Amino acid sequence: MSNTDFVLAIEDLTVSFDGFKAIDNLNLYVDKGELRVIIGPNGAGKTTLLDLICGKTRASKGSIKFKNQEMTSLAEHRIVRSGIGRKFQTPSIYENLSVFKNLEVSFPRGRGVFGALKFKCTPEVKERIESVAGEIGLADQLETEAGLLSHGQKQWLEIGMLLMQEPELLMLDEPIAGMSVRERELTAELLERICRNRSMIVIEHDMEFVKKIAHKVTVMHQGKILAEGPMEKVQADPRVIDVYLGH
Amino acid sequence: MTRLRTWLTSSDLAGIAVLALVIVVVLPLSLDIFRLNLVGKYLSYAFVAVGLVMLWGYGGILSLGQGVFFGLGGYAMAMFLKLEASDPESTKIQSTPGIPDFMDWNQLTQLPIWWEPFRHLPVALIAMLVVPAILAFIVGFAMFKRRVGGVYFAIITQAVALVLTVLIIGQQGYTGGVNGITDLKTMLGWDIRNDSAKYILYFATCALLIGAIFLCRWVQKTKLGTLLLAMRDKEDRVRFSGYDVANFKVFVFCLAAMLCGLGGALFVLQVGFMSASFVGIVPSIEMVIYAAVGGRMSLVGAVYGALLVNFGKTFFSESFPQLWLFLMAALFIGVVMAFPNGLAGLYNDYVKPRLLRKREPHSKPPEEQKPLPAASAHPPPVGWNPSVPRPRTDAKGVGPAAA
Repeated sequence: MSNTDFVLAIEDLTVSFDGFKAIDNLNLYVDKGELRVIIGPNGAGKTTLLDLICGKTRASKGSIKFKNQEMTSLAEHRIVRSGIGRKFQTPSIYENLSVFKNLEVSFPRGRGVFGALKFKCTPEVKERIESVAGEIGLADQLETEAGLLSHGQKQWLEIGMLLMQEPELLMLDEPIAGMSVRERELTAELLERICRNRSMIVIEHDMEFVKKIAHKVTVMHQGKILAEGPMEKVQADPRVIDVYLGH
Repeated sequence: MTRLRTWLTSSDLAGIAVLALVIVVVLPLSLDIFRLNLVGKYLSYAFVAVGLVMLWGYGGILSLGQGVFFGLGGYAMAMFLKLEASDPESTKIQSTPGIPDFMDWNQLTQLPIWWEPFRHLPVALIAMLVVPAILAFIVGFAMFKRRVGGVYFAIITQAVALVLTVLIIGQQGYTGGVNGITDLKTMLGWDIRNDSAKYILYFATCALLIGAIFLCRWVQKTKLGTLLLAMRDKEDRVRFSGYDVANFKVFVFCLAAMLCGLGGALFVLQVGFMSASFVGIVPSIEMVIYAAVGGRMSLVGAVYGALLVNFGKTFFSESFPQLWLFLMAALFIGVVMAFPNGLAGLYNDYVKPRLLRKREPHSKPPEEQKPLPAASAHPPPVGWNPSVPRPRTDAKGVGPAAA
C-alpha cells in the first residue's frame, strides 16, 4: 500500500478468533487533527479494533499504518512510543499511587531499566504534571491517592496520563461511561481542547455526546464498516437506524 | 523525647537505624559468640528476604526458588574456600593430593577445569554475584518476555530449584553431593573458624545487610520503584504507556538473585559449609515465609521476619523437632490469613498510631497534617488564569478546568 497523508490508515484488516471474524476486511482512514467517533452495537468489533491498533491483539491479515509506518508487527511499547495512546474502557490507573505519581510515571522519559533508575523529577517534569493536572481538573488533588478519586476523576486521570505522553493519536474507549451529566459536559469540553493538535478515535454509545464532539462518525457492525460520515448523514442512514439506532 | 518519637514514627530511616542498633549493638552485647554466630547465619538469610521484598512485595512476582541463587552464591564462595583448604600439604594422604577430598573419594584425579578460576578470591566474589544474576536473567528473560507470571512463574522457579538440587546431588564428584562442600578453614590464610573471625564476619554481614537495605530503598525511591508498584497494580497500563514490562521484571529478579548470592556467600563464611539442602524447594519456600512474616512491603520488616522465623526454628527444633514443619506451615497460613502485611503491617496499623497519639498533647501535629487551604498547597498550573474559578472537589464544580 502506498504512503498517504492520513495519520492512521487501516487497510484490509482482518482478525479471526477460531474462525469468527471479529474484524472483517476493514478499511479506515483518520486525518490529522480529526476527532473520529466509532459507534455500533455490542460485539461490532469496536474495542477489538482499538486492541489491534495498539497491538494488544494481533491482526490475522491487513495493514495498520501510523504516519506511514507499519504497526502490525511492532511490540506494544514501540507502538506507544511512536505516538499512539490508548485509554481502556474501565479506568486503568494505579490506585495505590498518588495522582502526581500516576502522571509522573506516564512522562515519556526514562523508559528503559537504567533510564528509570536515573530518572529525576526535574522542574520541567513537575511543570508538565501540573499543567496536565490543571487540564484534567485535578490540580488540587495531586497528592490524593488515585484509588480515592471519583469514577469520573479516574477517567480524567487516565486521559491525563495519556496526555503526558503527547500522543499524536489518542484512542479512548467509552470515556464517559458512568459519568454524571455535568461530568459528561466537562469531558466533552476537555476532548475538544485536547483534540486541537492531535487526532483522536473515540468509542461511545451516548448519541448526545457523540453529536457534540464528533467530526466524523464511523458505524461498525459485525466487524465491518456500515456507514461513515458526518453525524447527520449517518443518523439518517436507514441501515444504521436498522441495526443500531432503532426506529 | 518527643522529638525522638516524632522521628521514630515519621521516617523510614529511623526503622533502619533501630534495626542497625539491634543487630550491631544489642545482640552482640547480649549473646555469646555461639548464639551470635547463629544470628549471623540468620542475617545471611535476611538478604534473601530483602530481595523478596523487592521481587514479591514491590514487583508482585512470587519466586519459590530463591534458594537456587542463595545456593549458587554459597557454592561460589565454598569452592574458593575448599580449594584453599585442599593444598597438597594438608591433602597428602589422598591418592591425588591437592584436589578437594570429595573429588578424591569419587575417583577424580584432576581438578575439573571449571573449578580452576575459583582458586582466586576476586573470581569467587564476582561469581557469587554474577552467576546468580545470569541464571536469573536467563530464567526471567525466557519467562517474562513470554508473559509467564503468577502461579506459573512460581511453579517454574520450583522446578528450577528441584533441577539444581538433583544436579548437585547427582554430580557428587564435582559438587560434593548430599554432603556438600565441608571442612572450610581459611580465607586467604585467615582462619574463619575462631571467635574473633566470627565477630568480624558477623559485623561484616551486618554492614553489608544495611548496605543492601539502602540499595533497595534507593531503587524503591526511583522511578523504577514506582513502575514496579504500577506494574503490580495494572500491568497493561504500564505496557501501553510505552514500557517494556518484561525488562523491569528481569531487572528486579536479577537484583533479588544477586542479594541471594551475597547472602549465600556470607552464610558459607559463617557456617563453614554449603550443601544441596540450602538450594531445594523446602528452603526456598522457607525464605518466602521470612518475607511474609516480616512484611513483604518492608525491607526492615523482612530482616526481623528472617530473624524471628529462624529463632523459632532453632528453638522449636531443639525442643520439638517433629513439630517444627507443622508449626512453620501454621505460621505461614496464619500470617497470610490474619495479617497479610506481616510484622511491618502490624507495626504500622497498631503501634505507630499509638505512638502518634501519645505525642499529640506534647507537640504540634507535623506540618503535612495541617489542613492547608487548597490554593496554597500547590502552585497554580502553567497558563492558569486567576479570573476563572478554580475547579474544586465539591459535588458541583468537579471537572477539567475550562480553558
